[in-house]
Amino acid sequence: MEDLVRIRDLTVRFHTYEGVVYAIDDLDLDIRQGETLGIVGETGSGKTMTALAILRLIPYPGRIESGSIVFFDKGLRSELELLKLSEDKMRSIRGCKISMVFQEPGSALNPVYTIGDQISEVYLLHQRQELGRQAKRRIDSLLGNGGTLAASIKRPFWRWQSRLYNKIAEGSNPLEPRILSHIPLFRRLLWRLKDEAGLLTVSMLKDVEIPDPDRVAGRYPHELSGGMKQRAVIAMALACSPELLIADEPTTSLDVTIQAQMLELFRRIKADRGASVLFITHNLGVAAEVCDRVAVMYAGRLCEVAGVEEIFLHPMHPYTKALLEAVPMPGKELQTIPGALADAFNPPPGCRFHPRCPSAMPTCQHERPKLKEVAKDHMVACYLY
Amino acid sequence: MSDWRFTARQLAKNPLSLTGVVIIAIFIIIAIFAPLIAPTPAGQLNSYMIPRDGYWAEPQPPSAAHILGTTQGQYDIFYGVVWGARSAFRVALVVMSITLLIGIVLGSLAGYFGGVLDEILMRITDIFLAFPWLILAMALVVVLGPGLKSVMIALIVVWWPSYARLIRGDILQVREEDYVEAARGLGASSGRVIIRHVLPNAIYPALIMASLDIGAVVLSAAALSFLGLGAPEGYADWGQMTQFAQNWIVGPLDNPLKYWYAVIIPGLFILFFVLGWNLLGDAFRDIFDPRLARR
Ligand SMILES: Nc1ncnc2c1ncn2[C@@H]1O[C@H](COP(=O)(O)OP(=O)(O)OP(=O)(O)O)[C@@H](O)[C@H]1O
Ligand code: SF4
Ligand SMILES: [Mg+2]
Repeated sequence: MEDLVRIRDLTVRFHTYEGVVYAIDDLDLDIRQGETLGIVGETGSGKTMTALAILRLIPYPGRIESGSIVFFDKGLRSELELLKLSEDKMRSIRGCKISMVFQEPGSALNPVYTIGDQISEVYLLHQRQELGRQAKRRIDSLLGNGGTLAASIKRPFWRWQSRLYNKIAEGSNPLEPRILSHIPLFRRLLWRLKDEAGLLTVSMLKDVEIPDPDRVAGRYPHELSGGMKQRAVIAMALACSPELLIADEPTTSLDVTIQAQMLELFRRIKADRGASVLFITHNLGVAAEVCDRVAVMYAGRLCEVAGVEEIFLHPMHPYTKALLEAVPMPGKELQTIPGALADAFNPPPGCRFHPRCPSAMPTCQHERPKLKEVAKDHMVACYLY
Repeated sequence: MSDWRFTARQLAKNPLSLTGVVIIAIFIIIAIFAPLIAPTPAGQLNSYMIPRDGYWAEPQPPSAAHILGTTQGQYDIFYGVVWGARSAFRVALVVMSITLLIGIVLGSLAGYFGGVLDEILMRITDIFLAFPWLILAMALVVVLGPGLKSVMIALIVVWWPSYARLIRGDILQVREEDYVEAARGLGASSGRVIIRHVLPNAIYPALIMASLDIGAVVLSAAALSFLGLGAPEGYADWGQMTQFAQNWIVGPLDNPLKYWYAVIIPGLFILFFVLGWNLLGDAFRDIFDPRLARR
């Protein structure tokens, strides 16, 4: 399978007053076309930062220090080095080719706009040309029919509108609509764009199985349940049919039945659209449900990457084994991982896991194990292999 | 449309807010129809100058010619308070909108971008806030030369720093919200994020404070006029009319309330104007809260 995203030597650091935080350290990771890749790991292991690095949205005082993130754009059939793109170009990718569902569905929606307005905004940001084309088509059909008096009075106005929307459809940011969209009252002349975006929004809401999408589109976030909000957020992320959907613990704050529905939704989306999904979670059970491959992270580094069955049946890295032991199961005594999480300011040298590793050897303390392919499609970073 | 209905319902629910709306509505009507309520005498060029009936010092009680009496110098009180409503609105709205504008622009820049810019802007506001505001305003008016325009400029200068700080604080808070991050993740530019996502969530406290402060602006302008730093003599301005009454607050010994009209009437106009805006500010607080059900 081809790669959609290829991350190489990615290093992200936070320069804080207390010192430097090594959030991500020399990370290599591929996301393949059409797969769901899970990232699991304890809190603070750098899962969210990996996702934000792909979008180039690492918050201040964090910085991407080095590395490369190559994105294969299916539409353009070309490779883009995301870390070298201009901010403008990057903006046109965010929310369009790569989009993200955030952890908390409640707070990812702006309280002062309706659900419909917020989803429409994505279309207005990224698909102005298509919206313009649709609007023009609709006006042209108005122009075509009717010889009534009212129609002939309105005709010059329609003709002007048709020309206006045509300019938008042709793109390259024409002057007339651009000026109009900045003047409060005249902005209304472009209402058809909003209308078209509204239509797309309703069909998108239907697609994520929101009942009564027409009404929900007019609702404010606080009027919806958690599950509905999460569906709306997913709809927003899917609006432009992204090639990569990043989901950062999308189910953590939902109750179990809703979680199951969401996982079902993710599976269907992937099947329907052939998009790749980067699914971040700290719940191994959830990862087993939805992922094709799983990457295990510890203290900003990858420990193990393998197919989902492989990793659950034949875990190799001691940390992965410990994580699997720590999953609660009926009839089994719960194991915890001894020791504390690595200190982000002073990470242990060598293998970051060595202070907690039961099979640590002398080399582990000062030399970093490299990620190696030890079985087919099974990469591990550990001196045991 | 449903927003309008929601607003109306919210107002009707609280009789005090409704009172505020009514008071301000009455003042608006007075200001708009001033030429009909108190017609400018024929031949007078500037409608804002109060017509006077002689040069006598002692205020005259209400009579057929002057239904609310005259002030010191025989300026017609009725004409003065009616046209003074226009001056009050002008001062209040001009000062408040420019203050808000400066506060929003500087507060957003400082709050959203942070860093050195924030540090510089906040130290500048510190400097302004370190002065006693009335002294600073008076000094400015004296430097600029007395007049209504100077009063407005002085009030804007002393008022904007607190708005810049208030808005900056709210923006700092909203900036960290997930939906702001989400909007950036959807490809919105910084300008768009600030205007569409940050400001609408951060600005309500400032708008509410502004409507409460409009009253204070009018009071301060009146205070400066009372100190003789405001409008030129004879200009329709409530503050100046209270200044005219300065020497007539207490009448002669046998009739201490003899000149009540000269003091009470302009005073009442100021009082109700300020009260109206304060009640309206409370109403705005109920209306603007987006989390209240709008069903
Ligand atoms: N603003 C910040 N300043 C300093 N360090 C930060 C900041 N944000 C994140 N970090 C550091 O980056 C590291 C990775 O954080 P990240 O949010 O990616 O963890 P995570 O794996 O997503 O954890 P969780 O499961 O809790 O979401 C952490 O060690 C954290 O200390
Ligand atoms: S490299 Fe050494 S310390 Fe690290 S996991 Fe393997 S055995 Fe344990
Ligand atoms: Mg996280």
